[in-house]
This record gives sequence, C-alpha cells and structure tokens, in this order.
Amino acid sequence: MNDHDSLAHERPQKGSVPPAEGNGHEAPYDWESLRAKLSAATGRKYWRSLDELADSEGFRAFLEAEFPREASLLDAVGRRQFLQLMGASLGLAGLSACTKQPLERIYPYVKPPEEVIPGKPLFFATTLPLAGIGRGVLVESHSGRPTKVEGNPDHPASLGATDIYAQADILTLYDPDRSQTPRFAGVIRPWAAFVAAAQASYEQQKAKRGAGLRILSESVTSPSLVAMLEALLREMPEARWHRYQPVNRDAVHAGTRLAFGEVLDPVYRLERAQVVVSIEADLLGPNPTGVRYAREYARTRRVDDGNAKMSRWYAVEAVPSLTGAVADHRLALRPSEIEGFVRALAAALGLPVAPPAGAQKYAAWVQALAKDLKANRGRSLVALGETLSPQAQALAWAINESLGNLGQTVELIEPLEARAEESHLDSLRALVADMQAGRVEVLLVLGANPVYTAPADLAFAQALEKVPLRIHWGLYQDETAQLCHWHVPAAHVLESWGDLRAYDGTVSLIQPLIAPLYEGKTAHELLAAFSDKPSRTAYDMVRDYWKGVWGEAGFEERWRRALHDGVVAGSAAEGKSVRVGPQATQGLAPLAPAQGLELVVRPDPTVYDGRYANNGWLQELPKPLTKLTWDNAAYLAPSTAERLGLHNGDVVEIRVEDRVTRAPVWIQPGQAAETVAVHLGYGRTQAGRVGSNVGFNAYTLCSSRAFWNATGVELRKVGKGYRFACTQDHFSLEGRDIVRKGTLEQYRHDPSLAPHGHGEGEHGELPSMYPPYPYEGYAWAMSIDLNACIGCGACTIACVAENNIAVVGKDQVARGREMHWIRVDRYYEGDWEAPEFVHQPIPCQQCENAPCELVCPVNATVHTAEGLNDMVYNRCVGTKYCSNNCPYKVRRFNFYLYQDWNSESLKALRNPDVTVRSRGVMEKCTYCVQRINEARITAKREGRQIRDGEILTACQQVCPTEAIVFGNMNDPNSRVARLRSLPRKYQLLAELNTRPRTTYLAAVRNPNPELMPGKGHA
Amino acid sequence: MSQIFHRSTNALSRATIFGAVFFLGVAGYGLMLLNRSGYVTGARVAHEQPVPFSHKHHANELGIDCRYCHSSVEVSASAGIPPTKTCMNCHAQIWADSPTLEPVRSSFKTDQSIPWIKVHDLPDFVYFDHSIHVAKGIGCASCHGQVDQMNLTWQENSLQMEWCLNCHRHPEQFVRPRERVFDMTYRVSAQQQRALGQKLVKEHDIHKEQLSNCSICHR
Repeated sequence: MNDHDSLAHERPQKGSVPPAEGNGHEAPYDWESLRAKLSAATGRKYWRSLDELADSEGFRAFLEAEFPREASLLDAVGRRQFLQLMGASLGLAGLSACTKQPLERIYPYVKPPEEVIPGKPLFFATTLPLAGIGRGVLVESHSGRPTKVEGNPDHPASLGATDIYAQADILTLYDPDRSQTPRFAGVIRPWAAFVAAAQASYEQQKAKRGAGLRILSESVTSPSLVAMLEALLREMPEARWHRYQPVNRDAVHAGTRLAFGEVLDPVYRLERAQVVVSIEADLLGPNPTGVRYAREYARTRRVDDGNAKMSRWYAVEAVPSLTGAVADHRLALRPSEIEGFVRALAAALGLPVAPPAGAQKYAAWVQALAKDLKANRGRSLVALGETLSPQAQALAWAINESLGNLGQTVELIEPLEARAEESHLDSLRALVADMQAGRVEVLLVLGANPVYTAPADLAFAQALEKVPLRIHWGLYQDETAQLCHWHVPAAHVLESWGDLRAYDGTVSLIQPLIAPLYEGKTAHELLAAFSDKPSRTAYDMVRDYWKGVWGEAGFEERWRRALHDGVVAGSAAEGKSVRVGPQATQGLAPLAPAQGLELVVRPDPTVYDGRYANNGWLQELPKPLTKLTWDNAAYLAPSTAERLGLHNGDVVEIRVEDRVTRAPVWIQPGQAAETVAVHLGYGRTQAGRVGSNVGFNAYTLCSSRAFWNATGVELRKVGKGYRFACTQDHFSLEGRDIVRKGTLEQYRHDPSLAPHGHGEGEHGELPSMYPPYPYEGYAWAMSIDLNACIGCGACTIACVAENNIAVVGKDQVARGREMHWIRVDRYYEGDWEAPEFVHQPIPCQQCENAPCELVCPVNATVHTAEGLNDMVYNRCVGTKYCSNNCPYKVRRFNFYLYQDWNSESLKALRNPDVTVRSRGVMEKCTYCVQRINEARITAKREGRQIRDGEILTACQQVCPTEAIVFGNMNDPNSRVARLRSLPRKYQLLAELNTRPRTTYLAAVRNPNPELMPGKGHA
Repeated sequence: MSQIFHRSTNALSRATIFGAVFFLGVAGYGLMLLNRSGYVTGARVAHEQPVPFSHKHHANELGIDCRYCHSSVEVSASAGIPPTKTCMNCHAQIWADSPTLEPVRSSFKTDQSIPWIKVHDLPDFVYFDHSIHVAKGIGCASCHGQVDQMNLTWQENSLQMEWCLNCHRHPEQFVRPRERVFDMTYRVSAQQQRALGQKLVKEHDIHKEQLSNCSICHR
C-alpha cells in the first residue's frame, strides 16, 4: 500500500487508479431517459454532471460514501489482522508521543542585510512572463526565500490580482526536477566549458557573417533582450533569428495587417464596453491579459448600490471557455461555421459582405446581436480569438470600425513582440527548411521546446538532427534538450534580471528574489557567450541597456523607482490612429461547407502549452469547466457521443489526414455538436516526475497549415475503461438548493433573486439549542459574489500556495481526496447542448453554530471569540467525525503523508507562518488565520483597530474579479458588512441554522430580451 | 472438593490487585513527573555553545540592554539572534585576540554563521510572537528568567502548553508596566501584582477571552 504515499513530486501512477466501485461511469447513459429527466417539470434546475442527472445506483453509492472508496483499501486485511494491527498501532501511537525534541541549531546572519528583520517578510516587485508577455507581481520573501506571489496593484496587467500561472510559478522555482547544470551530450560540464565552446563557435560564425547561425526563441518582448539579439544580427548579418511558440498571435497580427496595412496588437478597454461579443476570444481565460480583462468585465457588471445596469456579453465558440461560461448568451458553433458567423454579423450590420449559406441557423441570434451592437455604437466590441483566420480578423476590425469602436473600446498599438511581421509558423517553417537543407551549423534554442510543440507535419526533430551544433537553454531537460548537444539550465524568472512588456506595452523590470538555486543562466547571459564580452552579468546588461535609453542623468533614481514600483512610469504604448482599408471586406474566399467531425485544438486551461506540465499544483487544479485533473481528453458534445455510441472513458483513435493519436473520451455539455476538442500540454515524455507520461500529446494532431482546427476527423473506438480523476461530483451537496441566479430583469423586480418560498426572510433567526456566542470584538466574515466569479480557479491555487496544501496525485484525486481548501463548483443549468454555467467557490463556511465542533471527541476543532472554527492539527487524532458532520463538505483529511518532507528544495517553498500537516490530520480553510493574526498583532502594537481591507485572505487577494471580500461584520462600515446587507445575499443551507459566516451574492445575468426564451439555442 | 489454592494466596491476590493499581498509579505519576522534567522539556539545562557567551557578563556586569542584540524583539515575532557583526562591533577592539572568540572572528572572516544551539525551541506548530508580548507588558524575565544571572544560558521554564496557558488565562498575574519590560530587577509582591494586574490588563487592552483561542498560537 506504500505506493499510495503519493508525494508532491511523485509521478501519479497512470492507469493505476483502481476500478471505481460504481461511480456511475461504467454503464453508458440512457440518453432518452436523461432527456426525459431534464425536461420533466419536476426536473432539477442545476446539475453538476451527466452522472448526477442519470442518478444511477452506483452514482448514489459514490455520493453517500463520505470519502468514497476508502474501504476498498482494507480488502486484503481480515478482521483478526485488523484488530492486531489496531492494537499494535494504539500501543505504538502512545509510545511515539514520548519523544524528546532533538537539539536544533540556529544560524544568524554574519552581516545583516539591509531591511531584513527576522520573522518579517519583505515584498519585491518583479515581472512574470506568460507567452512572453509580462504581468507585474509582488513576491513575498521570507529571509531571502520567495514563498508567495501576489499581484502588483500598480501594474496594469495585474491591478493587484494574479492568474493561476503566476501563483504556480513559485512551485516551478523550487521544482526538484529543474535542470541544474550545463551538460554536453548528457554529461555534466562547467559553465566555463560551455562559454569556451560558444566562443569558438562565435569566432567561427563571425568569420562567415553568421551564415550558419540560427537562433530560435519564443515571443520576445524584453526591450533589452531584443536589443541584444538585434546587435548580434547586426554583427552577423547572415545569421537568422526565428521565433516559435504554439500559443502565439499569428492570426491576430495577420488580421491587422490585412485590415490596417500594418501589424498591430489590440488592447481592449472593456470598462467602456456595454456590449461585448467574444468570438473564440477567451478574453477572461488563461492568457497574459486574462486578469486585467476579468477585472474590467466584473466592474461593468456590478449591480448593487442603486445601480441596475450591466454590460452584456455574447460568446460564440466551439468549446466552452471561461468567457463563454459567464457570457449572457453563448452560441456553440463548429469552427468551420464561426467564420460564416462573422460574415453574417458583418452583413447584418450593413457591411458589404454576403452572408454565408447556412446562416439561417443562427439568423435570429445575429439579428438581435446586430441590433444590440448598433444601439451601442462606440460602446461595443467584437473580439476575435487567435484561432480564426486573418480574413475573419480583418472583417471583425471592419465591424468594429463601422460601430465606431476603434479608439473607444479597443486601441491598437505597436506589436509587443519583436519582429512580429513574420508569423511564428512561417518562421519555424523557414528554420526547418534551412535545417533540412544543411544551411544551419549552429542552432541556439532559447527557452522554446519545438521538438514537443512543433506541428507534426514539420517533422522538426528529424530536421534538427541535421544541425552539427545544437544548443538548448531551458528550465528543464525537456524533449528538445534531449536532442541537443549542449544544454544550459535557465535561471528561473524569480532568479533573473530582465525586463518585459505587458499587454498594453508597459515596461516593467524583472529583479531576482533569490540567487540562482542551481547553475541557471538568463537568456542575456547565454547570448553574451556569443559575443566578445562573454562574462557580463545579466544585471549589467539590463542596466546598461536602460542607461542607454534613459541617459545618465538621474538614471539611478529612475532605475530604483522602476524596480520599486514594478512598472516603468509612462511606458504604456499609445493607441495608434488607424483606418480599416477596403480589402478587409473584399475578396472573401468562399467558405467550405461544414462536414464531418471537426477537430478543435486549444491550449490547456491549466498546464497551458505544456510548459507547466511538471507543476503539480496546476496538474491537480481541476480544469475550470470540465473539472478534470491530471489529464487531457478527447472532448465530445453529448449529442456526438450519443451518435457515436461513445462514453466517458472510452479510448478512441483520432485520425486527421495521416496524423493519429489515441485519447480517452470525455463528454462535455455545451460543446458544439460534431466537434472533437483536445488540449495541448499533455503526453510529454521529458517533463519531469510530475508531467511525463500524463495524458496524450495533442501536438501530434496539429498541422502547420491549420494549427487550431481541422475537418474530416475520424474517430474509432479502440478501448474503454480509462479512469479519469474528475472532481465534478466530489463533495456534492446532493442537489440541495445552494445556487442562486437570475436575470437583470428579475433583479430589478426582486433584488433577492430568491426562488419562491425560499427567501432568506422565510427563516429569520431560527432558534438554537446552544447558547449564543457573544462576538464583541471582531467577527470575521466573507462574502462571495457569484455574479463576479468567472470560475478561473486562481483562488484554489493561491490557497494552495499560502497554506502549504499538498498535492496528492491522480490516484488519490480519483478517490475524492484532493486537499484543496477552497473548491470551485461548476453547475450546469438547462439543456446539456446549450447549458448555462454558474461557478460557486466553496471554502469553509465558518459556521457560528458549527456542526463540526460538536462532534470532535478531542476538541481539535473549536470556536474562537471572533467566530472562526479553529482547526488544531496537533490535537487531531483523525476520527473524521467533523467531516462526516459538515453539510458543506469542506474538510480535507490527510489519508497519507501527502506532503513531500524530503525534497530539499521544497522545504524552502513552504509558508513559514502555516503548519505543514502530517498524515492522519484533518484540515480546512482557516480564513487565512495567519494573516488575521499578523494584522491583529500589528494593530494592537500600534494601539488601534484593524482597518477594513487590512486583511486580505489569499483567495481574496488573488481574485481577478474581486468576487471575494473578507472583513469584520461587526463594523457596519466594512465592505463585508455592506455586502451582507444586500438583498442578493444568501447563506448556503440556511435552513440548517448553521449561521455561516461565509455568505454568497446571487449571480445576475443580463440576457437580451429579444433572445428570451430559448436563449442560447440557434 | 478441596481447595486448589491455600487461603494465604487470597492475601497474595489482593496484594497483586491493589499492588497493580498502586503500581500503575505510581508509574503514571512518575511518567507525568518525567514528562514535566527538564530531561524532557529541556528546562534549566545549559548547553555547551560554540562560544561560551555569558549573558551575566554582558547584560548585568556591562549593562548592555537586551535590545542591543535582540533588536527585533519589539517589531517582529522573532527577537533576533544577533548577527556576528553585532559581536564584532565591540570585539573588533575589545578582547580582539582572545582565543575564546576565535569562532566569532572566523565567522566574520569566512562569512559563515556561528552555529548556536537553540535554547528556546518551540514545536513547529506553535507560533509565538515576541513583539506582542513586549507591547502588552510581559517582561523578558517572566519567560526567560533572570537571564542577567546566567553564565551559559538555559531555558528557565518548561515551555509546555500548560505553562503558556497559565498566563494566557491569567495575564493579570504577570503583566507589568510597559517601561519595566526589559528591566531585569523588576520585582513586585503578589499583593501589589493583584492590585496592579487588573489595572494594567485594562490599560494595555488585553482581551482575555481571545487569549485562549487555539488559533492565537496554532495555525
């Protein structure tokens, strides 16, 4: 049974998930009866999964087991043996308490660094890249070791919040699988040996003007790095710099070139938009702009304080995205139809474009949308995603111009990345051609992992092997490193000096939080090895670059200011005044009619393009909409699954032209019919202990002609019974009425949005058998606004980082043992072909009449004078009674030693203010009591009350949409007290009289009256 | 049928039964004493240190304030173990050649910390904060004892939870005026403390109802 002691960095045993005793996944659904259940008048309004709808006996058994399938672990042990073991354990447990603390050493500083006070963390501003674009952050540092990433309120891409990737970057820093030393042919070599080799190659190439030198990077927005690369190319004019990353802005750039005659990057001003149409543009999703746009989205949708106006969002997409899930109207179309949709919309708005055949399918939708857009000229936006063709992009710009949106809700700026004129795929294609033709003598791969991420048809790996000297620089010894002669470990961004541009062009500096843990080098230092000054440090190079830009006068002050603030003041790009040319609406190629199954390829919502594959936090974070963990899948719409007779866990062979892969099936409500959706980022072979051999590699289905979509896909069932670790049915509240949602119209009529007969007022103050607690000082409370929540999961990851929560692995997640203190439940509403979505984050409700407290035999969970339900780990003996008695299912039990107590580097990761829990202990959300204590002590020392907003819980601080507010409800002027007095406020399971301190605000949607009812339907 | 056991065995069995109870009681009491002894808690056990630093000499005879070395005691959870630099402030000139201070000089030269033995070592699930105790009028000596009389430093109290709770439940018995916190000579009679304690608890805004909440120390 030891193999279940899944450590944070142990690879989950793929396929070792034992057969689930009837969690409803075995028998294929009886679609007819499901349909009947859903349409019946008594049918349930909100549902979490098709299994829940089917409500089979097996599914019920799964739900009723508090911790499903734990009993199965005891199968091999008979009663006698069990008693023997128990007796022995009891005796030994007593003895183990008789330990004497070993002597510990204490190592003070020799010369204390400036500003460091032992026991007090410091925060430093820096910048983290995602797809090459920067997001400003503040990083918490305890005695020189970074432990937590927070947003930088002064940075435009953050505004104080962060996304899941920024949170998880801290784990990557300490990842024990990171590459640690330079290697030549797999053998450890010193950095000096690499510099010598690089210098020899540099001299050689310089002699022939760099004719054999090629550099392959990802998107580069760093001004200093661009300058270095350009200088190198000036010195060696025949060398070439190629760029490739799978998630890029190729189509957006080609679209702006088509429309405006120049390559530009759009910056949306969503706060000014009343009507937003997101067409495959996951504006709120996991990308470098997601946090900022989510904040703007939420700000236009606040309905309280006398305001009853909201923006209205429409989404058109093949696969449900974060944006689509919270849009007021969502239209699921196949990728081949979406281009037609853009034309139909253009035609309806009066542009000289012929609507395509088949547009009648969504004619009513387009008409209503066009009317809404016309009524909001200059206050609307049509945003297109990267996966649509340049023609469609250009057409969308024409639409935006005709609506007067350019310069209002969208500004166009100079492209963020260098050399954006050439698309990434063209650039990679040119490189492959050069390699194949033997024109490349030295290839320098900067951070990219093209062996894994290049589209299958380019056969990058084969071409690569023709290069005589291949050098790879990266965080891991990944797939590309394996095929290169030299590998140089990259310094993690938290160990580096550098600079980056944010989505709007704002420059911010990268400063190291810690000296490189290993022999990592920055990109600057690697490039310096290919210059006549190979020993320059990144610090000098970045500083000198900015000295050149800003000038000597006042440089020091300006540099320090930029480092301190985390932004270079006034560096945002200015919007350009541009006009759409007539070519945007002319010469549109005829659309191929939609036929056959279509393939939809998207970056993974948690591991992105695969670069985060070895990050256990992200692997275990349930994907926001499917709630799968540790896997990707071939997602099918329910109707397609029904037609093909496929079921969750069936293994299919996906064939696109000559490209084939095998994938397990997952049925996803809301997906466009006749599509197969796959996520990138899985099926890696050299990711590390966490990410290797997890899921399947979707890049093998991609072609360089059409990366994101393909038609004519064949599916063939080749197996069944693949076990997913999906959390959508975990901690189910068994269909009780806990979600509240209504329309703006209903809100104006009845702001409580309570279902009839279930209003808060109905219950009033219920009587209680227990004496009331006097809460005379602070009374901590939390309010969660379901109207703002977009379900991104950042709160879960932030909580993991703040509270030292363990990663348990796929096998344990499948058993319902994930340790997340705050989970985000996703509910479907209505028909499974076009459901509406609601997200509900659930942390501990911190009940005033807490059911958990009453049943603990050892007083390990107790009430405090401020209303918290304290969890005392050192008292807990693991009876799990508290969890059995919790109606909200928020308690988590350490069945095994989930924490990795052995990996040296992970010891530095932990938050020193929170106990690291061991095996056999219950844990749960504490409202970040360590932050409360810190604020209380500071306030008391200063002889004052804690100010409102002084304590931010980790989930609140990270939230891009400000959905979570924490504070003292005894203070009538606090934000949380105000939110608790709103009519939209409700408690979960108020009828139980638990009096939870966590309350919710009902979700409000703003549907277009013209599309009601039958919203979402074509 | 004759008896198998002689009558005298009754006494033996009684003795055994009562003896067992007595034995268990004594053993239990013994274990309790052991668990509270310095052997287990480390109380009143002086440890050999890399440098035989004497608080008695520095704090008492030379009159150096606690906060000269433990400089973060008023602002941070940790009072702070002085960096080697602090030692060298004086010892670069005084006793600059003393062989006893060789580890200090070598630490300063090599930039390697002096590996002190931790005298007060709380379990990792306990979060103690010096600054708030100092701010609320708990004297150094209340927990650390007469450090100014110690040559090698030892832990004066058990640091067990019952000892912590003794004050957290009855702060009025221990609190002193703020200006006397660092005063090693501060003494009041029990009677004076009774009168003073209640007043100071109020003045220092000490909330007794909070002090025994678990999350005050455990989190």
